[in-house]
Amino acid sequence: MRRLVTDTMIVAERNLIRLPRAPELLLAFTVQPIMFLLLFRYVFGGAISTPGYSYVDFLVPGIIVQNIAFGGFVTAIGLNEDVHKGLIDRFRSLPMARAAVLAGRTLSDVVTNALSITILLVTGLIIGFAFHTSALDAIAGLALLLLFGYAFSWFFAFVGLLVSSPESANSVGFIAVFPLTFISSAFVPVQSMPAVLKAFAEVNPFTIVVDAMRYLWLGAPDSSSVWEAFVWVFVIMAVFAPLAVARYRRAAGR
Amino acid sequence: MHSAQDAYSTVAQAASPGAGEPAITVEGVYKSYGTVEALAGVDLEVVRGTVLGLLGPNGAGKTTLVRVLTTLLTPDAGTARVLGCDVVRDAATLRERIGLAGQYAAIDENLTGLENLTMVGRLYGQPRAVAKARGRELLERFDLVEAAGRPAKTYSGGMRRRLDLAAALVAKPPVLFLDEPTTGLDPRSRLSLWQVIEELVAEGTTVLLTTQYLDEADRLANTIAVIDHGRLIAEGTSDQLKDRVGGERLEVSLDDGAESAAAVRALAPMSDDTPDADGNVVKLSVRERSGSIVEAVHRLSEAGVGVDDLALRRPTLDDVFLALTGHAAEDGSDEREQGA
Repeated sequence: MRRLVTDTMIVAERNLIRLPRAPELLLAFTVQPIMFLLLFRYVFGGAISTPGYSYVDFLVPGIIVQNIAFGGFVTAIGLNEDVHKGLIDRFRSLPMARAAVLAGRTLSDVVTNALSITILLVTGLIIGFAFHTSALDAIAGLALLLLFGYAFSWFFAFVGLLVSSPESANSVGFIAVFPLTFISSAFVPVQSMPAVLKAFAEVNPFTIVVDAMRYLWLGAPDSSSVWEAFVWVFVIMAVFAPLAVARYRRAAGR
Repeated sequence: MHSAQDAYSTVAQAASPGAGEPAITVEGVYKSYGTVEALAGVDLEVVRGTVLGLLGPNGAGKTTLVRVLTTLLTPDAGTARVLGCDVVRDAATLRERIGLAGQYAAIDENLTGLENLTMVGRLYGQPRAVAKARGRELLERFDLVEAAGRPAKTYSGGMRRRLDLAAALVAKPPVLFLDEPTTGLDPRSRLSLWQVIEELVAEGTTVLLTTQYLDEADRLANTIAVIDHGRLIAEGTSDQLKDRVGGERLEVSLDDGAESAAAVRALAPMSDDTPDADGNVVKLSVRERSGSIVEAVHRLSEAGVGVDDLALRRPTLDDVFLALTGHAAEDGSDEREQGA
């Protein structure tokens, strides 16, 4: 067990050291979210009506959840590269804890997610976002974000091990996550959507997590979404962690 | 630096249960992928402190065997032991005592040379400072000191292979598996890698090396095992294998290719087989080495055939390979280039 913890930390450290050396990844964590936040706030914001909230208050929790969902891309692409470049073989020939490769991978996503959250939150505060709840609620919101991001990393770990190249990891992840995040309450009120989309959006876990965030940060009325969001986090993890582990065994045992 | 090195001194030589036993024993190992038999019953032994060259074309089963022996792959049938450890049952123990350098340089391109080696050392369970000191020592040995602080993506192909080999040596393993260590390298990098491997062997490391280059097996290996379609088809020293294809080769270059039929007739009594004629060159394996040049010259001049050049040579591993498998060793050259 101690070995698992140590090895997980070593693998996580490795993933984090390389981050600043891959400028395209760093851009994806910093400039891109800021760009989206500014575009939505100033380009679409005026045209979207969000009764009860200013658009910037409405937008910030939504866009942070979307960003967190995309954070796992690094895991998908990184794992896929590791398989192709023979690094997984090397790891498996070492006397290290077997689970540490995936555990370290997903753990380092928590750090990069924390970085994205900080950047978006600071930018949000600058352009007018404000918390309307207690510090405790705000912190609970941060915890939910990090947990949700961690669960989603397992989804991306699975994708990364499933597909044949880093490029396809990128497009599969994109095609899966982009519609899910947009057909949700992240950017517009669900009530404004056509009936079919609205029905989908209302059961979409992204809507539930975003609504939970609005409850925790803005004091929005929908309190039941908070426990539902935590349930979703554990469901996603319970489904995709075993799938990713099984896939890892297979990919490595070729 | 040295104290750290000594502190970690050789997990390697310390652990030697059953010292008389061969370092590697393979008995009846099968492995198939769907309908393709990658290994069709392989038996093999590697004596401690020696180099076994596993020679075969692409797809012969070389890499599959290495993956079985390094615990990456479970065989469908048969047993394999390395340093007395069963590759399936004692896999965890075995991993502490082996080093693997695969066909592709398995290094993290975004980490520096030193960071790569330190990471591997720590995953072997070494404390960070020890792993770092060992990494520095290896970088020095592999002539990578100047590049130690640069991300590995800036390295040349030869430097990557050296770093990969260094990573395999972090824990001073007594048994080393090298899967086509020089495939895709330029001749100079190849030579320098050969020298490093020879040094390791001189220090007592047992090496199993796969290669599709005959000269590499000839130079590095004490014993050569020839593998084709998942089966070992021959095993022995380079000389023993060469003896199997017959004696000395006599090659005669004629002044005029039109006279080759006459030359074949004149030389035929010197050999058990019919001499081969290819353009103006006639080749035959001769029964007796001594006097064969004089005899050939005599016979040819009696037959009135003009000779441009005449040479006697030992058979090469190329001849061996062709005789054993019916095809040349470098069949898979297209695949090899992809790997480069």
